[in-house]
Amino acid sequence: MRPSGALLVGIVKLLVGAYPRWVGCQPEPRQRIYFANHSSHVDTLALWSALPRRLRHTTHPVAARDYWGHGLKKYIATKALRAVLIDRAREDKNANPLEPLIAVLERGESLIIFPEGTRGKDVLPGPFKSGLFHLAKQFPQAELVPVYLENLHRSMPKGAIVPIPITCTVRFGALVQVGAGETKDDFLARARNDVIALSGKQQQS
Amino acid sequence: MSTHQKALWLFGGVVALLAVASIIGAVLKARAGNPSSRDVVENLNARVRAWWGMVAVFIVAFVLGQTTTLVMFAFASFFALREFITLTPTRPGDHRPLYLSFYVLIPVQYALIGCGRYGIFAIFIPVYAFLLLPAIATFAADTQDFLERCAKIQWGVMITVYCISHAPALLLLKIPGYEASNALLLFYLLLIVQLSDVLQYVFGKLFGRTKLAPQVSPSKTVEGLVGGGLSATAIGGAMWWITPFTWQQSLLMSFVIVVMGFLGGLTLSAVKRSLGAKDWGVMIEGHGGMLDRMDSVSFAAPIFFHLTRFFFT
Repeated sequence: MRPSGALLVGIVKLLVGAYPRWVGCQPEPRQRIYFANHSSHVDTLALWSALPRRLRHTTHPVAARDYWGHGLKKYIATKALRAVLIDRAREDKNANPLEPLIAVLERGESLIIFPEGTRGKDVLPGPFKSGLFHLAKQFPQAELVPVYLENLHRSMPKGAIVPIPITCTVRFGALVQVGAGETKDDFLARARNDVIALSGKQQQS
Repeated sequence: MSTHQKALWLFGGVVALLAVASIIGAVLKARAGNPSSRDVVENLNARVRAWWGMVAVFIVAFVLGQTTTLVMFAFASFFALREFITLTPTRPGDHRPLYLSFYVLIPVQYALIGCGRYGIFAIFIPVYAFLLLPAIATFAADTQDFLERCAKIQWGVMITVYCISHAPALLLLKIPGYEASNALLLFYLLLIVQLSDVLQYVFGKLFGRTKLAPQVSPSKTVEGLVGGGLSATAIGGAMWWITPFTWQQSLLMSFVIVVMGFLGGLTLSAVKRSLGAKDWGVMIEGHGGMLDRMDSVSFAAPIFFHLTRFFFT
């Protein structure tokens, strides 16, 4: 791991702990797409830091260019995290926004994505966008791992600039697969429910 | 015997004690038959391993001097407060007081000890922080459960920062005839508190029959408290030669430390359970969190500090 990455992991663990709990699968060097609930800017760092060191090198978080694309944040994202930056704004309507993600998966490496697309303010995730489904269809060999990040919305709620220290556990659940003939909406709802189930909380109707 | 020589004897004694504990743990592990006793032994061995780590950290801090010791305790406060806040339901409106607690109060409180400012050290948190924390919380304009939220943050800061900081504050005291030996007094406090916890645990496991407060702290027993508490007090009396006390005074001081440590464990266990948890955290394997190890210290340190300052300086 690069020194900047090691320093970053140290700071993240000092502030939010990022204790991994491998509930439904084990940390193994296979190609994977980790997908998690998204409630704060620390999410990306916490999930990546919770992975064992040997997996971090080939696991790339997907981050929004409009937030991570400038200054120090850009340095952290591209140099330390080796993140993949994507355009949420989709300035070029003809480009496939998933293109940079596909490039990583074609190299056989892993991704961390937040399928809600934006940070929610609730403990439980909002509806998932379709990117996860398309990637799963295109790369059936990649294992899909649901992840629940606890407490981070309290560490850094929307509007906060510096996180406050709080212990966060990162729960990795059992692998998910797209069923034969399963529709996009059914799969996305099921994937979201798997993340919710890891939270141990009931969904409020 | 010089302070230096005494310290060497103490460290040697603690290391020997841990070595004996590790050997006993290994023997018990080889003998443990059924799964439930294997669990108990596994937890015991995890505790002993964690003790090696904690003693190593403490010895390094002790050897490197006052600043390192203060930094070490500042981190202990930091992790303890982090555990406290994690279990306490906070709202976005608590963000400003929490920033203040973690990033200002902790460093300032320990810096005041470093600068030897007892007058401000003693009132900085109970006066200034207690008034300013709720005041800046009002800026968030969120009045739901305002009193409860402020009280929880104030309690967390009181226990994890103010109370724990009284342990290294022992380094501040100017005790006639005991110059440059204050680090031994800090060692004495931690030794008695932790020995009392360990001995209460051991006596409880061996002879524990009568539960003391099953709703509050299910593992505490009358036999554990009496056996462990009295042995720790006796050991404290026998350690008078590293303190500024006579052996009788040392016996009394140890008794106070044991009683306060017990009350701290009991009270913080009630707080923990009211927050819906069994352990404060997972930082220290076998023990739980930082606060599971520091709960007794947080109650014993301020009282021991005050009594020593009142009667011996």
